[in-house]
Amino acid sequence: MKQEKKGWRELPIGLAWKSGTSKEFETGDWRSDKPIWDAQKCTHCLICWIYCPDSAIIVKEGKVQGIDYKYCKGCGICAEECPPKIKAITMVREEK
Amino acid sequence: MIVARTGNEAMAEAMRQINPDVVAAYPITPATEVVQLFASFVADGLVTTEFVPAESEHSALSACVGAAAAGARVMTSTSSQGLALMHEILFIASGLRLPIVICLVNRALSSPINIHCDHSDSLASRDSGWLQIFTENTQEAYDTTIMAVKMAEEIMLPAMVTTDGFIISHGMERIELIEDEKVPQWLGERKIINNLLDVNNPITLGMLDLQDYYFEHKRQTIEAMNNALPIIEKVQKEFGDAFGRYYPIVDEYKMEDAEVAILTMGSTGGTGKVAVDRMRKKGKKVGLVRCRIYRPFPKEAMLKAITKVRVLGIMDRADTLSTLGGHLYNDCRSILYESEKKPLLKNYIYGLGGRDISIEEIEEIFDQLLKIKDTGKVDKDIVYYGVRGE
Repeated sequence: MKQEKKGWRELPIGLAWKSGTSKEFETGDWRSDKPIWDAQKCTHCLICWIYCPDSAIIVKEGKVQGIDYKYCKGCGICAEECPPKIKAITMVREEK
Repeated sequence: MIVARTGNEAMAEAMRQINPDVVAAYPITPATEVVQLFASFVADGLVTTEFVPAESEHSALSACVGAAAAGARVMTSTSSQGLALMHEILFIASGLRLPIVICLVNRALSSPINIHCDHSDSLASRDSGWLQIFTENTQEAYDTTIMAVKMAEEIMLPAMVTTDGFIISHGMERIELIEDEKVPQWLGERKIINNLLDVNNPITLGMLDLQDYYFEHKRQTIEAMNNALPIIEKVQKEFGDAFGRYYPIVDEYKMEDAEVAILTMGSTGGTGKVAVDRMRKKGKKVGLVRCRIYRPFPKEAMLKAITKVRVLGIMDRADTLSTLGGHLYNDCRSILYESEKKPLLKNYIYGLGGRDISIEEIEEIFDQLLKIKDTGKVDKDIVYYGVRGE
């Protein structure tokens, strides 16, 4: 890993970098708990999508499609905010 | 054009001629006049600068950082607590390699509250990656303010140009002004490498680095400091060639045959030179060295100057509060470690909070240094000169 990173002489000067690089920075491996989404229970109210701080809820045409585990840090906000009567998202221990 | 100007007026005049794109500032004694006068230049339409009256120095320098990152030529002015309040942003400016110039009027830091001169404000910021230039008089303050813009932009590090509070800032002197149009002509346009306003090539500026890259980026700033002195020398030469006034990295006065000397910064250089002249009339071989460029520390030029004498009195107008004496004293002791020739050193901490230093007192210091030369013994290495009860 160490050899792949740039030395100080190769870096652009002035702490400038091309923008949008956070897409390349996958934060999913930070996760210790993992949200599991149940398609059967989901009413597509999109509250989880609104609250997710990492935009990790995949939505297409107004419907939840699942969770983007590349970026989901496992914070559990989606499971917390999913209406109690629905409970379409549950947190489970991440297994390696 | 020859005019009478105070140090603050001279710095404001320099800023008017530079016509920076943005000035963001907050007033503080004794630097208030610099931006107050500049604000009137803005109101009178003499400059095209965007003037931002901020609600604190922290905000003022933050606005400067933003503007400089967008490619603007940016200046501000402050003093003492104001610089202390800017402290956090000083590092951001140098880390982002933004060539901001601060006209800094040296004033003692609280507590106790004091509005008069010592160097504790700029010296407390010496490790922030800013170029620091200490000026001796109004003419030098004016010239250096103009030069600092070019130095900062070529080195890509921010710079502070200092004058001694009230002594230079409010003392009126005869100075020679450059014609208005020649200043921007000499400075040219600022070259921008990271353009925040280029919407076709968006960049991220000042991102998170953590363990991965922080060290590498810091190393780049260190390298900029390492390479700064030749650029400073070049700009000083260019300024001299254009306007006839040449400035040294380290100012040496009557050092050719001097046996003892004092090392000073700021206005004491001028007082000291008169003291040297008086001592010379009495037949004493004394000299003076003045540290003009303080950061980066001019190791080679300083070694060359101070190793000419057998005894050197290092005069610090601030204390490090470390029990190791003043800033200049520590820097000089450090560079002398590997030097074959080592003068005997005595550190004079003097003039804190604006306490006057007279020609007679400097003569007395010279007498003490001459005595050390004769006996070969330094009785006490750090003394607090001019404090009651010593």
